[in-house]
Amino acid sequence: MLDVFQGVVAWFQDPAHWQGEEGVWNRLSEHLLLTATATVLAVLLGLPLALWLGHVGRGGLLAVNISNVGRAVPTFAVLLLLSIGPVGAGDLGPYGRAGLATLLSLVLFALPPIITNAYVGMREVDRDTVEAARGMGMRGGQLLRRVELPLALPLILAGVRLAVVQVWATATIAALVAGPGLGRIITLGFRRQDLPEVVSGALVVAVFALLLEGLMVLAQRLLDPVARARRTPASRAGSVR
Amino acid sequence: MVRNEWVCGEFLTSRAEQLTEALVQHVWLTVVSVLLGLAVAFPLALLARRHARVEWAVVGTTTALYTVPSLALFALLLPFTGLTATTVVTGLVLYSLTILVRNILEGLKAVPADVVEAARGMGYGGTRLLLSVELPLAVPSIMAGLRVATVSTVALTTVGAIIDYGGLGNLLFEAVNTQFKPQVLTASVLCVALALAFDLLLVGTQRVLTPWARTRGA
Repeated sequence: MLDVFQGVVAWFQDPAHWQGEEGVWNRLSEHLLLTATATVLAVLLGLPLALWLGHVGRGGLLAVNISNVGRAVPTFAVLLLLSIGPVGAGDLGPYGRAGLATLLSLVLFALPPIITNAYVGMREVDRDTVEAARGMGMRGGQLLRRVELPLALPLILAGVRLAVVQVWATATIAALVAGPGLGRIITLGFRRQDLPEVVSGALVVAVFALLLEGLMVLAQRLLDPVARARRTPASRAGSVR
Repeated sequence: MVRNEWVCGEFLTSRAEQLTEALVQHVWLTVVSVLLGLAVAFPLALLARRHARVEWAVVGTTTALYTVPSLALFALLLPFTGLTATTVVTGLVLYSLTILVRNILEGLKAVPADVVEAARGMGYGGTRLLLSVELPLAVPSIMAGLRVATVSTVALTTVGAIIDYGGLGNLLFEAVNTQFKPQVLTASVLCVALALAFDLLLVGTQRVLTPWARTRGA
């Protein structure tokens, strides 16, 4: 136990573990690039669909159940099915080995939380508010942009945050099928039967996952117009800080 | 074994034993993890209900744990529990806590205060109040949590393959090298079917446990 701990400290002190293709920095940038690309793609694909479905109030069964389906399908299985299937495990530019298969499964797993949350968020906008806006002469797109979207934003943002966490975890599993990302440090450690390396890799993955989650919580708070509107008058009303 | 088609009937018959073994391992890993998770989540939720500070700590910690990817969590447990089933079960229990604690807490909090008052007036106290009034009323929320936790646990178990305790995941992991398509497809389909079967079982259990919910619709 103690020697594992010492081994981990030594692992982090060795500069060789930080540089090069197998190093932490390269794996981290792969991981970040994958996460960013997949999240953006999933938002571009899923959000308009969910907003429209929520706006017209159709397809609720699909939008709500897609998350349950997503939960039941193992990430590992999808990654493997894609990489040995038609997509293949070839290199894809900066995304590395099995890049396309990894990217595709990341997008697939990012879609359910985005779609479900955006749909529920849109449907939970107070019907009286929507009616009032209609009474004021707001139509279709205007209603969506100026009333429904701002009010649904807290749930939409929560969905995107969930998606990012999901994508980060999925990108880690990609290492099991020899894909890119930080998980590779862990699987490499397993192959070398080097316990300190396994634990060090896991620490890197866990710490960055927590950091990312923290940043996302912060971003959510800054972007949420409802919470912001609530905060501003209160602080103007004379809190000394 | 010259062909490598997705569907292969011969694979199903010739490897039936291996498939059953993996499926059985998957089932017991899931069942043990969820039951242990439930056993740990209950006292935690009860404690959290009493003390706001405990609630903050428990909910905060379990939420943070949930963001740690499974591969990393299993690897982090290795120095403590080694290459054993305990490592996988511990990891799965930790993940299930996030959902279970939250849903048990929500369920208990949603019990109407009037009902609790009435029960107290009738002389119900402490344990009896909890067991015969509060818990039955919290069943829908607890079962909803249990369903989510169970289905996620079935999917997460596959990652346990990294230390050879992944149930059907072991078959997937083996196929990374062999690239044997029927094995991947069979293991994947079985995994989703297992999650579905568990979910249906829990829905059935809930119907038995809450007879009052059934009559409401009629």
